[in-house]
Amino acid sequence: MNPAIQAIVTIVLGVGGCVAYFYLSNLFLDRVLFPARGPNTGRNINRANAIRPWLFLFPALFALGLYLAYPVFETLRLSMIDRNAGGAFVGAENYARMLDDPKFWEALRNNFLWLLIVPAASTAFGLLAAQLTDRIGWGNLAKSLIFMPMAISFVGAAVIFKLVYDARPEDVAQIGILNALYLQFGGAAPVTWLTVPFWNNLFLMVVLVWIQTGFAMVILSAALRGIPEETIEAAIVDGANPFQIFFKIKVPQIAGTIVVVWTTITIVVLKVFDIVFAMTNGQWETQVLANFMYDKLFRANDWGMGSAAAMVIMLLVTPILVWNVYNARKEMR
Amino acid sequence: MDNIAGKKSSLTWAVHLSVAALVLIWVFPTLGLLVSSFRTTDQIRTSGWWAALFPAVQNEVFRTANPGEFRVERDGVFIVEGNLYVVDGRAETAADVAAVISAWGVSSRDIAAFGPGDTADLGEGETLSVAENGDYIWSGNDAQISGRGQRVFATAESPPEFTLANYRGVLFDPGNREGMARAFFNTLTVTIPATIIPILIAAFAAYALAWMEFPGRALLVAAVVAMLVVPLQLALIPLLTLHNQIGIGKGYLGVWLAHTGFGLPLAIYLLRNYMVGLPREIIECAKVDGATDFQVFTKIVLPLSFPALASFAIFQFLWTWNDLLVAMVFLIDSSGQTTVMTRQIVELMGTRGGDWEILATSAFVSIAVPLIVFFTMQRYLVRGLLAGSVK
Repeated sequence: MNPAIQAIVTIVLGVGGCVAYFYLSNLFLDRVLFPARGPNTGRNINRANAIRPWLFLFPALFALGLYLAYPVFETLRLSMIDRNAGGAFVGAENYARMLDDPKFWEALRNNFLWLLIVPAASTAFGLLAAQLTDRIGWGNLAKSLIFMPMAISFVGAAVIFKLVYDARPEDVAQIGILNALYLQFGGAAPVTWLTVPFWNNLFLMVVLVWIQTGFAMVILSAALRGIPEETIEAAIVDGANPFQIFFKIKVPQIAGTIVVVWTTITIVVLKVFDIVFAMTNGQWETQVLANFMYDKLFRANDWGMGSAAAMVIMLLVTPILVWNVYNARKEMR
Repeated sequence: MDNIAGKKSSLTWAVHLSVAALVLIWVFPTLGLLVSSFRTTDQIRTSGWWAALFPAVQNEVFRTANPGEFRVERDGVFIVEGNLYVVDGRAETAADVAAVISAWGVSSRDIAAFGPGDTADLGEGETLSVAENGDYIWSGNDAQISGRGQRVFATAESPPEFTLANYRGVLFDPGNREGMARAFFNTLTVTIPATIIPILIAAFAAYALAWMEFPGRALLVAAVVAMLVVPLQLALIPLLTLHNQIGIGKGYLGVWLAHTGFGLPLAIYLLRNYMVGLPREIIECAKVDGATDFQVFTKIVLPLSFPALASFAIFQFLWTWNDLLVAMVFLIDSSGQTTVMTRQIVELMGTRGGDWEILATSAFVSIAVPLIVFFTMQRYLVRGLLAGSVK
């Protein structure tokens, strides 16, 4: 079947199915199961209302359970069995093998570098951009342009920055802006930036910082606008200079939002895959956990070690998960 | 805000300059790709894309038309007339037509001996004059105007030149060599159902979590918040196995289901946060008037939640359109017929890494749609971001 027709059929079936499910199940509940008439009207209405939330929730809970909750446990199980030995339980053996793999340590080291640098740089640039653009007439245009990379795919960004980092032989005109500038300012020979171990990690991180800064800027800009003006007026009257106002009055008041932005970007960083996959594929010591995992799962077909790597990512996410849940519960009270 | 107290900051200029610098840095990389996608292969190979924005100055070697065929005799003088840029009766490119010669010469030792319009004396009455647009007159006696054409070295400035040929090649090439035309439609096929279906499911769940009383509600909200950050990497193998077991295998159905599942936590979270903020009176009034929950939801809450629905739709659209991992795992099989654009671009980076005209154009085709969505719906996107993270 033509995929386009299949897609239309899916939309109709999916949407129609959902609508039909919600409508008919409600109808069934009210008319057949617990009708609001007869001797037990009151009790029936109460019962119907007790069941209705679950009718509303069922499809979502089912999908969430199947696509997010079940895999966590299944991956945990897969990480502790040996598929080649007929699924025999091997305990921590996959983890032990993973710890012996130097590529894993490289990926872990790089992931920590990413965790240190990308959220910090994105938040800092975002805060700077938010503070500066709030004060000028064409600030909204500037914001739009800085925010724009948010819409660009990691793969698209990888192509964009591959062009920036492009290196040609020394006797030909450089077409990558970085090498052109480097030679202009006294560099001896063009550098293939993505193959210089350790530093190439930074060049990959630039891509994610470029994408995430817009996000940080939008959120922090809203937070900055929410600061009560009296506090700033008071500081001005007391003779504070603009830097003092920014660092001592504004930043402390939006500290909560900064943390939220920081953790959100941290989660993106932990899952970073496309950029590394498209630009270096983990060569030249740029491996990260998500790409390491993909390598093991789909190239080496080693489900045990791949699942173990996935569990490491899960483990790193867990503190943020707990913290988010804690905050959400606090808010609901 | 510094002028609240009546004094204007002296840093205003610094602010303008820093913002301009920041914006330039952020736009520059994308601009490079955009400009490159409109340049020819030769141009991309020989100069950086930033050079395309300025007129190009080039030194070229020409030869006048062949005297054997083209010379004419006038009053005993033999003349060859023509235009340096015209070969076989026509100019090769638009840039050649618009080129302006600033200097020329007849010897490789002094290629800028003459200016446009000058007449060069080649000795013993032989002369050559070249005009700004490349028109030349070469005259002399029978012996001088013979053999091969006279060589002319010209320094010419041609205006920036752009071409749509790359886009024609990538999008409308019937042979579909780069596979982008098919990938474009495949991406669209993945994206649309994967955007619409989770919205509907999430809206009902969000309503239940926001406005219906039942035991365990707080726990479920917490669970949704927790699932927001569960890495989808964990789901790859277990769900692929499951899809294979129940017979879906790799294909569109699988990728639609996967995107639906992965998009739901954010959808429920965003919509619930929005619905909780709706005024309680409206909903209670409707209930007092005898509306059922189903009616309250479809007639009141759903229309009022339009901004939140739009926000999530944009997120999910961007995310599914830009996704690489989920498509690679759940959709693309060994036949390669169902490849999406992101995957195709990665493929091109590997096989045709040096062919920037193809790579840049393909990448821009894939970036263009999200950018259009971004610039037209930015308001909803920002609102969604704020609702999703600050609350």
